[in-house]
Amino acid sequence: MKKVMDHNELFTRPEYKEQFERKKTFENCPSDEEIKKVADWTKTPEYKELNFQRQHIKINPAKACQPLGAVYCAAGFEGSMPFVQGAQGCVAYFRSHLSRHFKEPFSAISTSMTEDAAVFGGLNNMLEGLENAYALYKPKMLSVSTTCMAEVIGDDLNAYIKQAREKGVIPANLPVAFAHTPSFVGSHLTGYDNMLKGILSALTAHKKGEPNGKLNIIPGFDPYTGNIEEIKRILNMMGVPHTVLADVTDVFDSPNTGEYKLYPGGTPLEDAADSINGEATIALQKYSTQKTIDYIHKHWGQKTVTTNPIGIKGTDALLEELSRISDRPIPEELENERGRAVDAMIDSHPYVHGKRFALVGDPDLLLGLMALIMEMGGLPAHIVCTNGDKNFEQEANELLASSPFGREGRVYVGKDMWHLRSLLFTEPVDVLIGNSYAKFLWRDTGTPLVRIGFPLFDRHHLHRYPVIGYKGAMNLVNWIVNTILDEMDRKTMHSASFDVIR
Amino acid sequence: MRQIAIYGKGGIGKSTTTQNTVSALAEAGHKCMIVGCDPKADATRLILHKKAQNTVMDMARERGSVEDLEIEEVLLEGFMGVKCAESGGPEPGVGCAGRGVITAINFLEENGAYSEGTDFVFYDVLGDVVCGGFAMPIREGKAKEIYIVTSGEMMAMYAANNISRGILKYAQSGGVRLGGLICNSRKVDKEHELISELARRLGTQMIHFVPRDNQVQRAELRRMTVIEYSPEHQQADEYRALAKKMAENRDLVIPTPLSMDELEALLMEFGVLENEAA
Repeated sequence: MKKVMDHNELFTRPEYKEQFERKKTFENCPSDEEIKKVADWTKTPEYKELNFQRQHIKINPAKACQPLGAVYCAAGFEGSMPFVQGAQGCVAYFRSHLSRHFKEPFSAISTSMTEDAAVFGGLNNMLEGLENAYALYKPKMLSVSTTCMAEVIGDDLNAYIKQAREKGVIPANLPVAFAHTPSFVGSHLTGYDNMLKGILSALTAHKKGEPNGKLNIIPGFDPYTGNIEEIKRILNMMGVPHTVLADVTDVFDSPNTGEYKLYPGGTPLEDAADSINGEATIALQKYSTQKTIDYIHKHWGQKTVTTNPIGIKGTDALLEELSRISDRPIPEELENERGRAVDAMIDSHPYVHGKRFALVGDPDLLLGLMALIMEMGGLPAHIVCTNGDKNFEQEANELLASSPFGREGRVYVGKDMWHLRSLLFTEPVDVLIGNSYAKFLWRDTGTPLVRIGFPLFDRHHLHRYPVIGYKGAMNLVNWIVNTILDEMDRKTMHSASFDVIR
Repeated sequence: MRQIAIYGKGGIGKSTTTQNTVSALAEAGHKCMIVGCDPKADATRLILHKKAQNTVMDMARERGSVEDLEIEEVLLEGFMGVKCAESGGPEPGVGCAGRGVITAINFLEENGAYSEGTDFVFYDVLGDVVCGGFAMPIREGKAKEIYIVTSGEMMAMYAANNISRGILKYAQSGGVRLGGLICNSRKVDKEHELISELARRLGTQMIHFVPRDNQVQRAELRRMTVIEYSPEHQQADEYRALAKKMAENRDLVIPTPLSMDELEALLMEFGVLENEAA
């Protein structure tokens, strides 16, 4: 049988090597010495200064755009079809981005606006899109968000959807939620928040009734399906009746039964509609749920609590809050889990204590990771948050100030991974935590990388494991300490310190 | 809170009329706010006694992002406590002024500019409803009343009819209605009759006929409304009358725009266009 060479092997063959050389000559590429000289210069404090003065360009920002968050949120409801008013390429990007992270198929609709729509407005695209979407995909709900194009020309979703109903292109009783999600404002977190608020507003209209005694859970833009399963497990252990809003578990972690389902799961629409009658709403993230939580508090008059259950302290706070609201004790089983997580942290802490960390990612995840690292005596040094705001900056600085291990930490809001690259050269750390794009920093600086965050394209299954709760704390400790130990083995492999016991 | 949008052809006197009317409303004890939706940012000059320097978009350009602004920096108080904000926008020939209006109004809303004690919010909107951005003030939840400033000149009437077509589109899907035409006189022949008839054909009313008076220019040179500059002047009373009529107006309609032929026929009827056949 003839062996088909893969990418890695194929391009090392002489004919390709020759071709690359010819290409270099043809493109008048600078010499290897010159390239090395400039590359070395980018590692200097002098270059760092210039890099941090950079104003008009972002290089590898650690964020995605609003409609991506919106379609992710929209996918978390039963029979809900994410419907994007705008250009086709944007929606292809959302779909591939999510598919690459979860390794699952993902459907979303684009109204395919082109030049004529940019001139005449996107009403016709919306009308035809809604009609086709309903006829072809029979959704129980359509969740409309927008791309930049629709936003720049000022398409009025509310008016368009009303017209669609009046013209009878969709049934009068089909819920159509909408959110304006300009990509050039905020990030995927803002889009998630706007869409969730839009969906809840659409579904809960005129549903105020008797209290249902249930607790609403909002996971936030959470790329770990394992987290949603974990919170459900905890609530079931405590016997707390609940509704998880925007439950993406079955959508992005669906069982392979040999049969394709267009709508594999999500929060039942009835439960979502009844969430207005819940006891209270608990958000597991702050920065992706602020508008929704504000809306629930003001318009539903419901008690709202925002938590960050990453690490021991964070999980303790969540469980205490759950116990207080539901008036149920924290079960012994959970206390034992806590004990195990603490035990795991003690086992590993000699390798984490005193290690310097660089972190890049979304604000809530960063706060949780910082807390957990400091709980083990690790030192968060560089905290880079492209989509962080002033409030996050303050909160992160307060967290650093609350522990002696936070003293070396500095928070960089609005900065990107190219800024972080300079920091890693001028003020090196022991461990880097970030998403798959951080592997370029690993390659350039040699700093060992723990993959935590979104997106994770180049390692499999990580999203299936929780990072919240005591179980999540244990997973995080596992990933962090074993990355440190792998690095230690690599570094000592030709020395007397290469040991079988760590 | 009543939210009112003022539209009309460029240069017809929207900003002057709006600011004088708002001054009269403020004088009568109403709490008012003006949101200028024009990159030229001259919708609040007579209230603030200077051209607004701190427009939302100018500040955003300076800081790099609208998220870095504080509401106090762009919401200023002028004559009789009237609150003023200007959307601002790009330099002529670049960018997108319509998006500037959307961004500015979103910013004002999200940062609590529409406080509870406000009785009237006026949007002073550039020219025709040329794109979705300039329709932002009449989207659901915002201005439900529109007044069109016009004169007896043909192009002003043409614009008024065009704007009515825009309103019709929004009226069918939302609650926005036409409150009337404001005739800002250019001393055209039979102007009163002509605009009254145009209003009738559009299914609305000419809510007030503002006579032409140089006192308006004198006040403007001093960066003031007539109400402030010469409260005793008869022109001030004209604006007071307009303000009172607007405050009491309940005659809000879905307009019935004319076809181009109908509009030209109307102009011929009043002798504005010479009938070439005759």
